[in-house]
Amino acid sequence: MRYAMAIDTKKCVGCSDCVVACQIENNVPDGFCRDWVVEATSGTYPDLSMEMRSERCNHCTNAPCVRCCPTEASHIVEGGIVLVDPDQCIGCKACIASCPYDARYIHPEGHVDKCTFCIHKVEKGEDPACVEVCPTKCMYFGDTDDPNSDISKLLKKRKWKTLIPEAGTEPNIYYLI
Amino acid sequence: MANPIFDWATGAVLTEADLQQTFNKIPTYCEVCFWKCAGWAHLNEKGDIWKLTGHDNDPHCNGRLCPRGTGGVGMYYDDDRLKTPLIRTGKRGSQTFREATWDEAFDYIAEKMQKISEKYGPECIALFSHGSGGKHFGRMLKAFGSPNITAPSYAQCRGPREVAFFATYGEGIGSPERVDIRDTDCLVLIGSHIGENMHNGQVQEMSDAIDKDATIITVDPRFSTAASKSDYWLPIKPATDMALLLAWIHVIIKEEWYDKKYVEKYTFGFEELKSHVKDFTPEWAYGITTIKPNVIRKTAKEMANASPSVIVHPGRHVTWYGDDTQRLRAVSILNALLGSWGRRGGFYNPEKYKVAKLKLPKYPKPTKTWRDAFPGQYKLAGLALASGICDATIPTVERDCSFKGWFVNGTNLISTLPDQKNTLKAIQNLDLMVAIDTMPMEITGWADVVLPECTYLERYDNLRVSSHREPTVALRAPAAEPKYNSKPAWWMAKELAGRLGLDEYFPFETIEEELDWQLKQIGSSLKEMKKIGLKKYAREFDDLYPLENLEEYEFNTNTGKIELYSTSMEDEGYDPLPKYTAHEEPPDGFYRLIYGRAPMHTFSRTANNPNLTNLMDENSVWINPKVAKEWGLKNDQKIWLENQDGVISSFPIKVRVTERIRWDSIYMVHGFGHTNKNLSRAHGKGASDAELITKVHIDPEMGGTGMRGNFVTFHTEMPVQGGV
Repeated sequence: MRYAMAIDTKKCVGCSDCVVACQIENNVPDGFCRDWVVEATSGTYPDLSMEMRSERCNHCTNAPCVRCCPTEASHIVEGGIVLVDPDQCIGCKACIASCPYDARYIHPEGHVDKCTFCIHKVEKGEDPACVEVCPTKCMYFGDTDDPNSDISKLLKKRKWKTLIPEAGTEPNIYYLI
Repeated sequence: MANPIFDWATGAVLTEADLQQTFNKIPTYCEVCFWKCAGWAHLNEKGDIWKLTGHDNDPHCNGRLCPRGTGGVGMYYDDDRLKTPLIRTGKRGSQTFREATWDEAFDYIAEKMQKISEKYGPECIALFSHGSGGKHFGRMLKAFGSPNITAPSYAQCRGPREVAFFATYGEGIGSPERVDIRDTDCLVLIGSHIGENMHNGQVQEMSDAIDKDATIITVDPRFSTAASKSDYWLPIKPATDMALLLAWIHVIIKEEWYDKKYVEKYTFGFEELKSHVKDFTPEWAYGITTIKPNVIRKTAKEMANASPSVIVHPGRHVTWYGDDTQRLRAVSILNALLGSWGRRGGFYNPEKYKVAKLKLPKYPKPTKTWRDAFPGQYKLAGLALASGICDATIPTVERDCSFKGWFVNGTNLISTLPDQKNTLKAIQNLDLMVAIDTMPMEITGWADVVLPECTYLERYDNLRVSSHREPTVALRAPAAEPKYNSKPAWWMAKELAGRLGLDEYFPFETIEEELDWQLKQIGSSLKEMKKIGLKKYAREFDDLYPLENLEEYEFNTNTGKIELYSTSMEDEGYDPLPKYTAHEEPPDGFYRLIYGRAPMHTFSRTANNPNLTNLMDENSVWINPKVAKEWGLKNDQKIWLENQDGVISSFPIKVRVTERIRWDSIYMVHGFGHTNKNLSRAHGKGASDAELITKVHIDPEMGGTGMRGNFVTFHTEMPVQGGV
């Protein structure tokens, strides 16, 4: 099983509902976020194009944060979800330096924090909070090891990209383009 | 169960399952904007409000709230909320108040109301409202004898489109808009920035349309989010939309791309229209709009190809240049030529469930209304004008009576009405000014009495009876006790009515009793609705698309037809066919001020919401790189804006250098630059577009306030107010 997310940049309007839903669902401390929205504009007026995308931890298959963690606080669980055990984390920030996606931050309580794919919801068969709330339904969550899952079918049908593939981390967030 | 627990509203015994339902998940409908999505307030283990989610069966949201709805919890938890009634002690506007009890506040208000009524008549008291509280205060005021109840959502927002569509089709657009975006093949947006304007169901349907590969055409001087999703973006020169619309009409008629059978069967005045537009060629429009003739033809062809499954969207905030009713008439005419009204993928026919109304004693008949202040003007205004009532508060020699009392509920008039100086002048002429809000706002600082309203999460309100593809009824129930000494609007209105001897208009002791009575008339109950939150009903009539197969149909117009040529406008002395008028252009060194929405904020009312300020806590001024270079402006540099009348922004605003805006315009998100220091997160953050809107172009047909004819220039150092 390999949990992944596909985000349709053609539909995302960058409203940040995914951000606020995550903050409330996961009690993210004030001023921090586990996911965020990027707006990338290219061209000159009036020949312009723009991509909006919701970004977060890529739950990499080859996760540098897990490899560099001195206490094994950063670890991978069933389904490939990368988690941080706050009790084991010593706040050394090695993982923050190693993450090409800038997906981690130091929680005011001293440990590292980041997206968990809302594992507490996923275990109950629900979607992560960001996916569940998205008004444009541009986010899809599922198992890419299952060829019959909606996400697998979508990745077969649509053109997609991942972010910074050259880092070799084998990210599991796909952007439909 | 050893000790049965009773539902405090209905007296029924609750089961274990009822308790789970009742106490973990409470139904509500959102009040952060006026789309009013139905949803649930979820409580945590401690019984506190935790999160809000959408109601799966609600067509306004389909189970998904927008960022503002999700962040609505911040309204409840905001520490800066108004906490107790306040009575002014200093000069009006000096923001000096003393805390008061509710009894003191009500006695003060009732006494002033009686005095105004005796001296000038009850009609001289007006209510401005935006939101659910308006219904309760409205009932109190109507019982008192005033019909002057207004919302800025009309003359400052969607009024012209209602008037224009009514003139053409005999029906307005309403909210949620009756646009069948979900099923459309071609969506045309003119300055309508869906996606930034986060009206939930509409954003969802635009996403569905993208999924289905519908053609999207966006006309906007700014590369909006919607423009970035579009097949065609027409970067129009601002204030020239009418020329483009007339050219589209010209092409569609000339090339005979219109829906011939539909036009023949349903419309009136085609020949007049045809001759009216014969000279409005794409080449003519090119010189005005800067949109190339072939693009005008190509986009017209796209619309025709999709016809009748095409929507030329009427927009929502359409009070731009003062000829807005006419521009929206052109939009309505274009839709008629394309045969989209009453057709799948065009405009559907919404239905509303009939809910029994309370039998109240007749309201006293008023002897005068706001219209008396404007003889012979704004004859097509369908609702009271907020700006009109404001203007009619400033005494003049001609008028024998001006407004003397204002109730202002949930609308920050200082930021809502254009020309702040005028608004403040009006306020200074009042004998009574009551502001009812959840938050301290600029307007509450000008009140004589401030009444703290509890948030929507702490109160019942009237049922949401909404008009949509399928009719629905939704309940708002409190998920928590009102915080501080705040109270719901229905209670305030009833208490005031009691002091004014108008008890008979509020026959129930509590709103729960009233809701339960009303729900029982339609085969439900408060108990049931507290469990299910929302009821969806089957349509009474099978006429979602009444003109799909050219059915016989009589329109509610003078001719019974779709009036391309408007006889009702002609009768009132207005242009029966829309004309192009050239609008003023920015002087040298000035740029047109264009304002709009961000998806995470609603006007100025959310600017202090802790959850939403986390997403966006200030606005910026968008400046084209060419312009920035000329002025030597850099990203994030703070500058002051000054408008054509020498009004300077109270606060500096950050520069955002971006290709997404034309070189002759600047853009800023509305609702920032708060001056009320009691807003700890919002005070001084960004700048207010509203304070820079001092020139107003009034729509002669319906009194809408055109606000896009203002121009600004830049100051890199703090300028001295009043001098350049």
